Amino acid sequence: MRRVFSILIVLGLILFFVNSLSILPEYGKVKLSKVSSAYINKSVNGNSEKVKFGESKDLEDGSANVVTSIVVNYRSFDTLGEVTVLFTSALGVGLILHGYKRKKYGRQPNFILRISVGILLPLILLFGAYIFIHGHLTPGGGFPGGTIIAAGILLLYLSNEEYDLSKASKFVESTAGSLYVIVGLTGLAISGIFLLNFLPTGVVGNLFSAGIVPIVYILIGFKVGAELSGIIADLHREEG
Amino acid sequence: MVYYISFILIGVGIYGILTQKNLFKTLVSLTIIDTAINILIISLGYIEGCDVPIYSKYTQSTNFVDPLPQALVLTAIVIGVGTLALGASLLIRVYEKYGTLDTEEIAVKEARK
Repeated sequence: MRRVFSILIVLGLILFFVNSLSILPEYGKVKLSKVSSAYINKSVNGNSEKVKFGESKDLEDGSANVVTSIVVNYRSFDTLGEVTVLFTSALGVGLILHGYKRKKYGRQPNFILRISVGILLPLILLFGAYIFIHGHLTPGGGFPGGTIIAAGILLLYLSNEEYDLSKASKFVESTAGSLYVIVGLTGLAISGIFLLNFLPTGVVGNLFSAGIVPIVYILIGFKVGAELSGIIADLHREEG
Repeated sequence: MVYYISFILIGVGIYGILTQKNLFKTLVSLTIIDTAINILIISLGYIEGCDVPIYSKYTQSTNFVDPLPQALVLTAIVIGVGTLALGASLLIRVYEKYGTLDTEEIAVKEARK
């Protein structure tokens, strides 16, 4: 009886959604809004030149990836709030699971796992670092790079029972978060705008371009990796 | 139509929340609804015949898809991960107290006290 009523409720909801499809634009035929075209042509302050890869110099924002330029330059204050939300949720997980210790099984794990972690872990960490250093040129950025690093730390936790990285992860996390705010306050001291891009923006497409965007993304990558490692370490404990 | 895929996934998630008795399956259903809404928001920015919004050697034209929904969905995904971690830690505490995750058995054990 319960299942029949649930199916009826779900069918009614889907019918309501389909009937209200006329509000949404047709799929694949959306028109760019004024704000989006200003972000794509990097003309928020009134610059009306076409952007070309490898030629345009000293624009108001020099990153080749448009999504990165929105997230870390035009709306950087929003990203600071997002990192704060992630920090608060990691704090809540640590608070709820307080008082547990890691269970010691007293035997070594599999031979294949023990030997291969020494070969695989440097490669995984290097790949994560590559993704967040090149966040302004290629797809990716600080959040996916930090997640890949946390997956490598999980492999380290599985291979040996003696590792405990919780203190180191808390130190790295707090340091990176403080440095992000300090970068913002430097912009405030130079020109009176919080999180201003105060470094020169070079040629679009070079590695050393886009001002403070790569610096901020490297800090976000370290912070997200440390936070997710802390969550993994908290969930790894059991009653002992 | 990608919109219909998103609507069907929202229906699957709500059906799971209404009928499942295991609390972990309820958490999985919430995550399914989260993903369906992300798919809907991203598909609102698609334009036919346009490229990824990245300047590179291979995309010299500036016909890009709308980059604003992608930037907003990035925030939504991170917050979804945070809520999932909090829910999982709460479920660990519930299992420690009652020894089960079935809602009917938890109600029976509460009534006996």
